[in-house]
Amino acid sequence: MSTLMEFKEVDVHYGPIQALKKVSLSIDEGEIVTMIGANGAGKSTLLMSIFGQPRISSGEIIYRGEDISQKSAHYVASHGLAQSPEGRRIFPSMSVEENLLMGTIPIGMKHADEDMKHMFELFPRLEERRNQRASTMSGGEQQMLAIARALMSRPKLLLLDEPSLGLAPIIVKQIFQILKDVASTGMTIFLVEQNANHALKLADRGYVMVNGEIRLTGTGAELLVNPEVREAYLGGH
Amino acid sequence: MDIVLQQLVNGLTLGSVYGLIAIGYTMVYGIIGMINFAHGDVYMVSAYLTAISIALLTFFGVESFPFIIFGALVFTIVITGAYGWVIERVAYRPLRNSSRLSVLISAIGMSLILQNYVQLSQGPNQQGVPTLITGAFRFHIGDGYVQITYMKVLILLIALAGMGILTYIIQKTKLGRMCRATQQDRKMASILGIDTDKVISSVFVIGSAMAALAGVLVTLDYGAFDFYIGFIMGIKAFTAAVLGGIGSLPGAMLGGLILGLSESLFAGLVSSDYKDVFSFSLLVLILIIRPSGLLGKPAVEKV
Ligand SMILES: Nc1ncnc2c1ncn2[C@@H]1O[C@H](COP(=O)(O)OP(=O)(O)OP(=O)(O)O)[C@@H](O)[C@H]1O
Ligand SMILES: [Mg+2]
Repeated sequence: MSTLMEFKEVDVHYGPIQALKKVSLSIDEGEIVTMIGANGAGKSTLLMSIFGQPRISSGEIIYRGEDISQKSAHYVASHGLAQSPEGRRIFPSMSVEENLLMGTIPIGMKHADEDMKHMFELFPRLEERRNQRASTMSGGEQQMLAIARALMSRPKLLLLDEPSLGLAPIIVKQIFQILKDVASTGMTIFLVEQNANHALKLADRGYVMVNGEIRLTGTGAELLVNPEVREAYLGGH
Repeated sequence: MDIVLQQLVNGLTLGSVYGLIAIGYTMVYGIIGMINFAHGDVYMVSAYLTAISIALLTFFGVESFPFIIFGALVFTIVITGAYGWVIERVAYRPLRNSSRLSVLISAIGMSLILQNYVQLSQGPNQQGVPTLITGAFRFHIGDGYVQITYMKVLILLIALAGMGILTYIIQKTKLGRMCRATQQDRKMASILGIDTDKVISSVFVIGSAMAALAGVLVTLDYGAFDFYIGFIMGIKAFTAAVLGGIGSLPGAMLGGLILGLSESLFAGLVSSDYKDVFSFSLLVLILIIRPSGLLGKPAVEKV
């Protein structure tokens, strides 16, 4: 399998604070890769730096052979990268349908109807609410909408920032089941999570980030039984 | 009775003009959170462009009124739109990540530049265009009558059509969705592949085009203008935008109509000398009592 994306020794600074320290990782085509880490580890910074927000201070972000670290966010988005970001960031005063249409910007409207139908099959709750204002939806529904919106651009690499955050266990389970279905279509997924249990079970490979540094790496199964990981992220069980 | 009706009719046309100009203030505020103080001067420029386009069309032998009006609208809207684009590029984009104060100063500077540039190139004196459309509808009511000139009817129709088209663009088209997305969450919009700089440019073009529409209509009706007309008109339209709720598109149109109607009624029933004072007092009053306006969301941050 060929490498789709690679971080090479990436540093990110917020003023005097260094949020990422020499981060290197790679994601192959068709893989599900996860990055687990505690609050403030630098997970969201990592995902946002792909879109140049913030810009990395050194290193390279290679995507399909090209260093995209200095490109504009809309350039990155129009080359097959889509993100369901931290906090979901759906457009509150748009309807569910309009939010989904916002996902089609990189590829145009030609597949919009077909893809929207597909999203409603994946997330039936969205179909019932297609004309509802997005701000009036529950947290779980908003998370589904954020993922569906990202999928509407038919991405080559789907980036997910803590899709389980603040959701009831049953909803988390549903969302991970859907991610599994999406992955089975061959989609490459990079998932950032604190919910190590769900994330590592889903992922082929994982990284553990501590204070902006990659501490551990291995297959999902290896990390699940790793004592350090169990102690820090799985409540020691 | 007839005077109230007459002023209501006048107020409606005036209000539609305020509404058109207010759109530029409210859309720019909505998308980048700044008051574009040069917007009134963009309107002023469009008055000059109207005169230039009429002169050009006449020079090239276009005699028929509908063609002259149509030609003046197209010419003025396109060139004024280009002004809006350039103003954003020159005065605001370089300051995108600067403090609000720098942007404010740049806006005031842009306003002065436009006034001085027009004054230098066109002369300081009042100028005018010939009246193209004469005649009026007259409705007798009791002893008096209400008179509506054909020009006023035309203004109202074209202004409402302009607002209708804009509302359609914002609500139903891809460009409109991109504007709304950029307004609601600029960072997310860029992550979804929207070139937000381009969207901001197009908002300036749209706002300027709407001001140009107003500029052509008022110039054709009123005839006279000078390099300073943008100031008063700018504050009036800004008042309309604040009244409706700055950042809200329907608010700008509604605020324009309400301001136009109340100002005309005040002029007809109380004193026409103090109608500007009336409008400015209204602005101060809204800012004190309800700064978020009629349809706006309560603002977290103000300029
Ligand atoms: N805009 C910012 N300005 C300054 N510091 C920031 C900014 N954003 C993040 N940081 C800092 O960078 C570090 C990494 O933050 P980041 O949000 O990437 O962590 P995270 O792993 O996503 O955490 P969480 O699980 O809470 O979402 C933190 O110490 C945070 O305080
Ligand atoms: Mg985070």
